[in-house]
Amino acid sequence: MSAADSRADITDNREGMSYLDTLPRRVVTVYIPLFLIMFVLLFPFYWMGLTAVKPKEELVDFERANPFWTWAPTFEHIYDLIFKTEYPRWLWNTMFISVVSTILALIASVFAAYAIVRVRYKGASTVGGLIFLSYLVPPSILFIPLSTVVYQYGLFDTPFALILTYPTILIPFSTWLLMGYFKTIPFELEECALIDGASRFQILMKIVLPLAVPGLISAGIFCLTLCWNEFIYALTFINTHANKTVPVAIVTAFTDGDQYRWGSLMAGALVGSLPLVILYSFFVEYYVSAMTGAVKE
Amino acid sequence: MTDAALPRSAPTRAPIREATAWDRLKTNRNWLGFWFMVPAAAFLILFLAYPLGLGIWLSFTDTRIGRPGEFIGIENYEWVLGDRKFQDAVFNTLFYTTIASIAKFAIGLYLAILLNHHLPFKAMIRAIVLIPFIVPTVLSAIAFWWIFDPTFSIISWTLKEMGWRTTNINFLGDAWNARWSVIFANVWRGVPFIAITLLAGLQTVPPSLYEAATLDGATRWQMFRHITYPLLTPIIAVVMTFSVLFTFTDFQLIKVLTNGGPAGATELMATMSYNTAILGGKIGEGAAISTAMIPFLLGAIMISWFGLQRRKWQQGED
Repeated sequence: MSAADSRADITDNREGMSYLDTLPRRVVTVYIPLFLIMFVLLFPFYWMGLTAVKPKEELVDFERANPFWTWAPTFEHIYDLIFKTEYPRWLWNTMFISVVSTILALIASVFAAYAIVRVRYKGASTVGGLIFLSYLVPPSILFIPLSTVVYQYGLFDTPFALILTYPTILIPFSTWLLMGYFKTIPFELEECALIDGASRFQILMKIVLPLAVPGLISAGIFCLTLCWNEFIYALTFINTHANKTVPVAIVTAFTDGDQYRWGSLMAGALVGSLPLVILYSFFVEYYVSAMTGAVKE
Repeated sequence: MTDAALPRSAPTRAPIREATAWDRLKTNRNWLGFWFMVPAAAFLILFLAYPLGLGIWLSFTDTRIGRPGEFIGIENYEWVLGDRKFQDAVFNTLFYTTIASIAKFAIGLYLAILLNHHLPFKAMIRAIVLIPFIVPTVLSAIAFWWIFDPTFSIISWTLKEMGWRTTNINFLGDAWNARWSVIFANVWRGVPFIAITLLAGLQTVPPSLYEAATLDGATRWQMFRHITYPLLTPIIAVVMTFSVLFTFTDFQLIKVLTNGGPAGATELMATMSYNTAILGGKIGEGAAISTAMIPFLLGAIMISWFGLQRRKWQQGED
């Protein structure tokens, strides 16, 4: 701790006036509140993880064992989850649906963003504004009419119901984000390519996209999380147990009132979140730039 | 060999070809823009604009699941507005949105200011703070469901061990406890997003402004009120619009934690429309409930829009 503090003091001196702060003052005004907030933010995950590996008898018995720790971690719940339920299938559904709709959304957004920013056809800025507005239409007011639409198109209860509807949530966001990235690419590059006889499509593929890779990664990661998180469409459009996604399946599968179900519920929640958290940990910076970039525009 | 192989230009140059209709489709700026917009527009029209209009139309019909409806005017709205349950749901939604948004904003801004200090392991702390936002809402809501369990709640246990209470807290079984519990879970989930986006805004505030203010003898509060807050206003406007919008239309947390209970105390407009339309089969009435959310959402968007406008005007742009 002291090593970390002294390092903080050294770096502090570079920045303007923070030398005015004394260490005890910083502890009270910064470290303690920060620690408390972090504790509250992280506790549910600790509790989730702990419950997932607790033996059944300790789950509902707080008298004989300290509930905050377990000395006999077990993989029973996770084992049951993977081998006795359709969990792997649900996880596969979630991944498949998320990845396919992210790819569809990215393709559509790349073209749309490029056209709005660089082709600048008549009315491009109006279209840009409309796309931003469509970002503000929440799924909660769309799911009822969409369910009838999905039924009419014959997509009900198939993965395509979700694969085709998720992009409507993703396209507005990623178009807006990619527009920001495309704007930073110098015009001169495109002009050179045009003079050399490249078509707009070639320019997009060979010049603009390679330069916008960070933007694509940001948009892709963010879209994946949004799909994974989606609940109301998945709950409404999918009926068959085997076709469900993880969030919906978990909520409907383990709510049988068994008081030991908490182990499998928590294991399911943990395993369902881990892929996203791992992905996120590799791309934190991209993720943050996606989030802040979309807001700054 | 080389000089002999040089190609010679044709003595008479072929006249420049007239641009055909096909050429225009390929190169004209407006047509090109049209082709590039087709995929995105197809998705947004088929699965967003059309359902949005269809939803408003459905709210004027008596459609049931499996039976197309007929136009019945504003009957659904009359029925819905006169329904006690709907009035409660509107109250709950407004209460939930107001309290949760204010709390998210206050805590988020505070956390952003804390994170803007020079901290050891700053990047890691920032990454960890965002985790509640990454984990799917439903999955963290399940963790809260277990934390709020009536008999095995860890909070009740801790309070009892510390001797502050003698009985378990009935988190989700009592009307007001349930309201505060879902608000807490919502705030927990929303704070990271607000904190991280506001932090990005804070980092653009030049430190020299604070130095100048310190020299002039400004207090910490004055610095916040007259430097930080005005410079952050545009970002705050956007972030809070999104936050209000998504809190107002929240569905997942309520569905998992209370399913609208106990006795409708946490029923929001979104969950009520789901229960009416999908579970109850009354598509028309359900559509009327969800269409009734639109005026509120427009209000939220307008407020943010004018917030942004004011800032532009202050800076003398446009």
